[in-house]
Amino acid sequence: MTIEMNIPRVEPKNAVKSKKETHVGASTHAIESLVAKMQINKVSIFYDKFRAVEDITMTIPLNQITAIIGPSGCGKSTLLRSLNRMTDLTPRSHVEGEVMLDGDDIYAPHVDVVDIRRRIGMVFQRPNPFPMSIFENVAYGPRLYGIHDRKMLSSIVENSLRQAALWDEVKDKLDQSGMAISGGQQQRLCIARALAVEPEIILMDEPASALDPIATLKIEELMQELKSTYTIVIVTHNMQQAARVSSFTAFMMINSHRAGTLVEFGETPQIFTNPKNKQTEDYVTGRFG
Amino acid sequence: MSRKSFDSRMSQLKDEVLTLGSMVEQATLKAVAALLERDAISAQVIYERDHLINEKRYAIENAVLVQMATQQPMAHDLRFLAAILEIIAELERMGDYAKGIAKVVILLQEEDISIPATEFQEMSSLTLEMLHQGITAFVNEDTAVASRLPLEDRQVDEFYNRIYRKIVVGMIVNPDWIDQGNFLLWAAHNLERLADRVVNICERTVFTSTGEQIEFDLEEEEESML
Repeated sequence: MTIEMNIPRVEPKNAVKSKKETHVGASTHAIESLVAKMQINKVSIFYDKFRAVEDITMTIPLNQITAIIGPSGCGKSTLLRSLNRMTDLTPRSHVEGEVMLDGDDIYAPHVDVVDIRRRIGMVFQRPNPFPMSIFENVAYGPRLYGIHDRKMLSSIVENSLRQAALWDEVKDKLDQSGMAISGGQQQRLCIARALAVEPEIILMDEPASALDPIATLKIEELMQELKSTYTIVIVTHNMQQAARVSSFTAFMMINSHRAGTLVEFGETPQIFTNPKNKQTEDYVTGRFG
Repeated sequence: MSRKSFDSRMSQLKDEVLTLGSMVEQATLKAVAALLERDAISAQVIYERDHLINEKRYAIENAVLVQMATQQPMAHDLRFLAAILEIIAELERMGDYAKGIAKVVILLQEEDISIPATEFQEMSSLTLEMLHQGITAFVNEDTAVASRLPLEDRQVDEFYNRIYRKIVVGMIVNPDWIDQGNFLLWAAHNLERLADRVVNICERTVFTSTGEQIEFDLEEEEESML
């Protein structure tokens, strides 16, 4: 039996809203206190005259995972590809605005694009190992940058595979084809390949969308380990993935000119529990469109 | 795009919360009526049926957990479900208060004691009206009502204090009634606590609607009761 046994004296009360007021998703590590690894300033991306991405300004904090979410065609992959000048490879495209990496614009004249892409690596949706051995896949980048010492290469390969949580699974078959391992392992091989050139930022474009749930969780776990050393930006369709892995989330959507714009940027808990923008709310609750 | 089946499940959950609220309302109403009519048989029924309220609470809790696990609710949907978990716990506890009042009726059935009937009647009407409006405000997400309702808790407290004074005076006049008077205070206190829990429901309503975790702070005033 649960009956109130104590009969304390009840004080008359004035009901007033307390000054103590908090919000769900309230800041745990305010972005202001973080170091900006990248600062995107008024970036627009054009294909010919068509503006595919319009006027994006956001900060990519150092050693954090930033997720970019949004419906298909909202320009999130296009934006991601502009962050290491991959958009240069698309004919008739150009980027306006600034992408500051440690304070320097990667689009400034005379910038060494090859060096930019070494500092900012990329992992794609489908695992794309080169048709060569596991060892050579990882050693490829360092070789390109002039490392030929076999001992040094071996050490880079081992370290990179260890960081990609793949070493134990492949250490006895480094000379086997990189395409002969499972999809999840191939994706971690691609991450190891990206890590081998000691990047500062890793861009991930739907890195787990072609993987099964277990392989997906391994990649997500790996991202958590990598963020202490690297800054990660991930584009994902999977909102739960963004919610699970990232500290910050950017929500993009198409505007009335069919250009991708940034609707809301915030700490991930806030975006998923109490978004400020109605469009974000509709998207994260599955009521978009 | 709408989420038809998801939304219909959410509105079913609202209905279930309303049902639970109404079960608690009925139990309290009948318990107070049994107290004023000294109807121990009716009180026994209320006492024995409290488990239905508890079972309803756990059924709703389970449905909320299934909805969370299978539908990955976000933002407002997530806050709504979290609020339901809180509110059904409050309602179950209110059900225990009704059961407690029924227990008092049973304990007092053979006793000769005068009950401050008018005060009890008015206090329970006010409390139950608060409960009714509080639950309705939650399902309609009426933050205006949810923000106004906690002010009424003060009146409930005043009723409690009036009952307290009457009973204590009765106990002073007739020390043989001390045990019985205590039981009656216990019943009044349960009603008073019920109203406090309505205030908690109001806080969850504001939270669901706005994401603000506010407290309708109950500033204590020094006031002697005798």
